[in-house]
Parts: sequence; C-alpha cells; structure tokens
Amino acid sequence: MLSFYTLFHKELLRVQKVAFQTVLSPVLTALLYLLIFSHLLEQHVEVYPGVRYTAFLIPGLVMMSVLQNAFANSSSSLIQSKITGNIVFVLLAPLAYWEFFLAYVLASVVRGLVVGAGVYLAALWFAWPPLQFPLWALLFAVLGSALLGSLGVVAGIWSEKFDQLAGFQNFIILPLTFLSGVFYSIHSLPAFWQVLSHFNPFFYMIDGFRYGFFGSSDISPWISLVVVSGCFLVLAAFTLALLRSGYKLRL
Amino acid sequence: MFPAVDVLGVRKHYGKLCALDNVDLRIEQGEFFGLLGPNGAGKTTLINLLSGLSKPDTGRVSVMGYDVVRQYRDSRRLMGVVPQELVFDPFFNVRETLRFQSGYFGVKHNEAWIDEVMHHLDLSDKADTNMRRLSGGMKRRVLVAQALVHKPPVIVLDEPTAGVDVELRRSLWRFIRRLNLDGHTVLAGQHAELARQRLRVPGAAALVRRTSRHAGGAKGGARWRRIPAGAAVIHGAGDGAGTIARGRIGRAGNERAAARSGRGVSARGGQTYKLTSVANQK
Ligand SMILES: Nc1ncnc2c1ncn2[C@@H]1O[C@H](COP(=O)(O)OP(=O)(O)OP(=O)(O)O)[C@@H](O)[C@H]1O
Ligand SMILES: [Mg+2]
Repeated sequence: MLSFYTLFHKELLRVQKVAFQTVLSPVLTALLYLLIFSHLLEQHVEVYPGVRYTAFLIPGLVMMSVLQNAFANSSSSLIQSKITGNIVFVLLAPLAYWEFFLAYVLASVVRGLVVGAGVYLAALWFAWPPLQFPLWALLFAVLGSALLGSLGVVAGIWSEKFDQLAGFQNFIILPLTFLSGVFYSIHSLPAFWQVLSHFNPFFYMIDGFRYGFFGSSDISPWISLVVVSGCFLVLAAFTLALLRSGYKLRL
Repeated sequence: MFPAVDVLGVRKHYGKLCALDNVDLRIEQGEFFGLLGPNGAGKTTLINLLSGLSKPDTGRVSVMGYDVVRQYRDSRRLMGVVPQELVFDPFFNVRETLRFQSGYFGVKHNEAWIDEVMHHLDLSDKADTNMRRLSGGMKRRVLVAQALVHKPPVIVLDEPTAGVDVELRRSLWRFIRRLNLDGHTVLAGQHAELARQRLRVPGAAALVRRTSRHAGGAKGGARWRRIPAGAAVIHGAGDGAGTIARGRIGRAGNERAAARSGRGVSARGGQTYKLTSVANQK
C-alpha cells in the first residue's frame, strides 16, 4: 500500500509545486466566464423561478472546472512523464496496475475538488447560490472527477505527443462540457438537441451537481447518479484492462 | 536456490526486427555479470524484459524465482534497475527523488541508507538540488542511487558509467563491487568497446562479440554462423560459477537489412555474436 500512497502523494506534490497553473489559473478562467456570461445574460434569462442567472451559472461553472481539471491532471501528468521518460520509475516499481490507476485517479479527484472549491468560493463574490444538499453536490463532484480522471489516464496513455492530448481535450472534453448545460438548462434547447443532450454523460454530472444546490434539476438526481456511476464503472474497467495489458506503456 | 536471473527461450521482435532470438541466460545469485555488446546488440532489450518495461514474444523470464510477468510485483521488488536513458523528474530534488523511490518499493524510514548511498555516489552536497540543475554525470549517479534505495538482491545497470568521469567511474565500480561482495547479484550492460578499453568490471563478465563470417554462397550475402545450443558459453566469475547462454543476442543494429529480408536481421542478416568471457581480458 505504501507504493500506492507514494505515487498518490507524488502526484499531489506535483500539483502543489505548480499550483499557479494547476489551481489558480483555472479558477481565474472560470471567473472570467462568470463575469462575461452573467453580465450578458443576467437580464434576459431566468432558468429556475426566483434564481438569478448568475446564481444558476455558478454550480455549472464549478462543475465544469472540476471535470476539466480532473481530466487535465492525470492526462498531463502521464504524458509529461512519458515524454520526459521518467514514467520508467513508476513502471519499474512493484506497483499493481490497480494501484497505478487509483493513484492517478485519486490525485485527479483531489485536484478537481480543490479547483472546484476555489471557483465556488471566488464566485460567491458575484452571487450566493443556495447549497441545499451539499452531499449530493459532493457526490457528483467526486464521481465526475473520478470519471474524468480515469478518462485522463486513458488519454495520457494513448497520446504520444502533446498535440494528440490537446486534440482529445479540444474535440471531446470541451464540446461535451459546453453542450452539457453549464450555461443553460437543456429545456431551453430545441427538441433535437434536448434528445441529443441525454446521450452526453457530462449533462448528468452537471445536472446532478446542480441539484445539490437548488434542490431542483432537469431530471431526477437518482437517474443522474445511476448514469454517472455506470459510466464510471465501465470506463474504470476499460482503463484497468488497458493498464493490465501494458498498452503503450510496456512495449 | 533460485538463479538470480533466468531467461528461457526468449524472443523479442520490434515489428520485423528481431532484437532477441531465442536467448537463454542464467545468472546465479551472487554473480557479477557483464552483458557486453555493440550498439543495437539487444542489451537494453534484454534488461527491459527482466524489469518488465517490455514483454517477451515468447519464452519465460524470472528474477529470484519469480516470473516477471505473472509475479511482477515480487520480481520488481527484488530488482534495482538503472535505466540507460538519463531520465529524471524535474519537479523534485535529489533527496525527494530518493524518498519517492523508497516509497515505491515499500521502504519506510530510509533516511540513513539514503544518506549513505548519496555519500558513496558523491551526491551529498546535491541532496537539496533540483534534478534539473544537476550535470549529466550527476543525474546518472542519482539513477544509480535510485536503483539502490531498497537494497535489492539483484542490481541491473544499463550503461551505468556513461558520461561519468574517470575518477567517479572508478569509485562507482568500487561501490558496485562492494555491493556484489555483500551478496547482491550484479548485471551490468556495457558497450563492448567501452568494456575493452576502459571498463574494469571486477569479476565475471560476458562479451557479446561479433564473429561475422562471410560464408560466400547465397548472393554474396553473409550468412549466419549458427551457434549450436549450449556451445556459446559465458564463463562465470573470475574463477567461479559458470553461466551458460545459449542462442544469440541478435545483431539488430541493421534495420535496413531487416526490411530487405523481410524476416528480421537475426534470421538472415548475416552477423552473430558469440558469447565469451572477458574476465581475463582486463
Ligand atoms: N522500442 C523499440 N522499437 C523498435 N525497435 C527497437 C526498440 N527498442 C530497441 N529497438 C531495436 O532493437 C535493437 C536492440 O536495441 P537495444 O536498445 O536493446 O540495443 P543495445 O544493445 O542496448 O544498444 P546500445 O549499446 O546502443 O544501448 C536495435 O536494433 C533497436 O533499434
Ligand atoms: Mg542499450
């Protein structure tokens, strides 16, 4: 267990040593979104009755930051290690493949939660969304960041260059987060897009997380929980199989 | 007693290139074994199979009796590997690097040994220096230190002295020799050239030597001189335990030939290496 703990700890230290890029800069990015969108849309949009648009927007932005940073953590750590070659230290160690998985995913969860908390606290300056069921919110933040951390492990192993990782980020992660209802309720979309949104796992993560704040959501949080957990289990099984086979790591 | 390293019928291809062709190698516990050969002979490939950095196409590899594929955690715990490439983690300093390494191998409270290893490798002044700020030779020594933090019974070094100056190279080998005398098995990969000129591996070493021979015949191409099973012998320690390596460590340096023949150099490329002893060639 010490091997696992060491790798986990090392991953956290890495985040901490470059906290400016890993924590502060994503918080600032989220605040910029908040500033611009809330300024533009505050007067025009009311998603939930009696809830200001800015307040509605905050949980979505928090969750978006959680997810993107969880993905960025495992994927960029892995690709950096692969490119600099120091991944060998981990590969030479008597670490079980599931310990490898757990260490990277948990570090991603921590980074996601820290950035999420940072965005939330900073956003309180703009508006004060209610936090009705904090445990629901936490549950979705943890599950969502674990899911994205796991996806980051897959992307980090699969990519051989930073460009490929950026492609993964720009063509998969970014569109899925933007089309998941961070900035709007999917009920405000045309029917076709509404149906399509239901195939986007990010939608369930955001919607479930938002339920923790407002106590109301586009769909039942229980359904979201089942969908998100299911996606996580499938992806985790896939990632573990990949690690076990040594795909692209042990040639 | 299990052999420290047991390689049985191992083949390794990279695409069409045959890097190792049916290699058998047995290194007994306590041996000091030199794996020598020119660039591309397959030294690193063999070492990577031992350490689990890559997987053999066929054959079995075990370290201290543990199969490196099925019982990988046990086999890796018993092995310390110095990789050939000068790799490091730029986020950390020397001491942190060694602490993490201890942790990976499940060793707690290792400060005293970490200090001793740093002392032997002349790294004590650099303990708190970030890895990025070390010279190449210092980085190499940190790699050696990393391989030793968990006092592994089997120490595998791939070109441990590349880029290290003469003075330190001597003290490095003395240190490795001492570890060997303390009972650690040592497997060191080195270029044959280096070995002949400068390397003074105390104890046993094997030379993977080129014995290409033009056999006329087929379209002017050179031919394999097959080494009969059991005939290519790596002699053991200065005086001691013999180790037999059958098969060949292929001449894999010539990829073009592989592409031409379409079958991999080892199968047809024309050169082979004979495994003999350099123990007395110092
Ligand atoms: N990852 C790889 N993909 C393709 N070919 C490879 C790979 N690694 C090694 N090879 C090839 O396998 C052969 C053996 O390489 P290896 O690195 O084992 O040689 P070596 O004896 O360690 O050489 P050196 O003295 O230069 O370190 C070479 O022809 C090399 O090009
Ligand atoms: Mg090599």
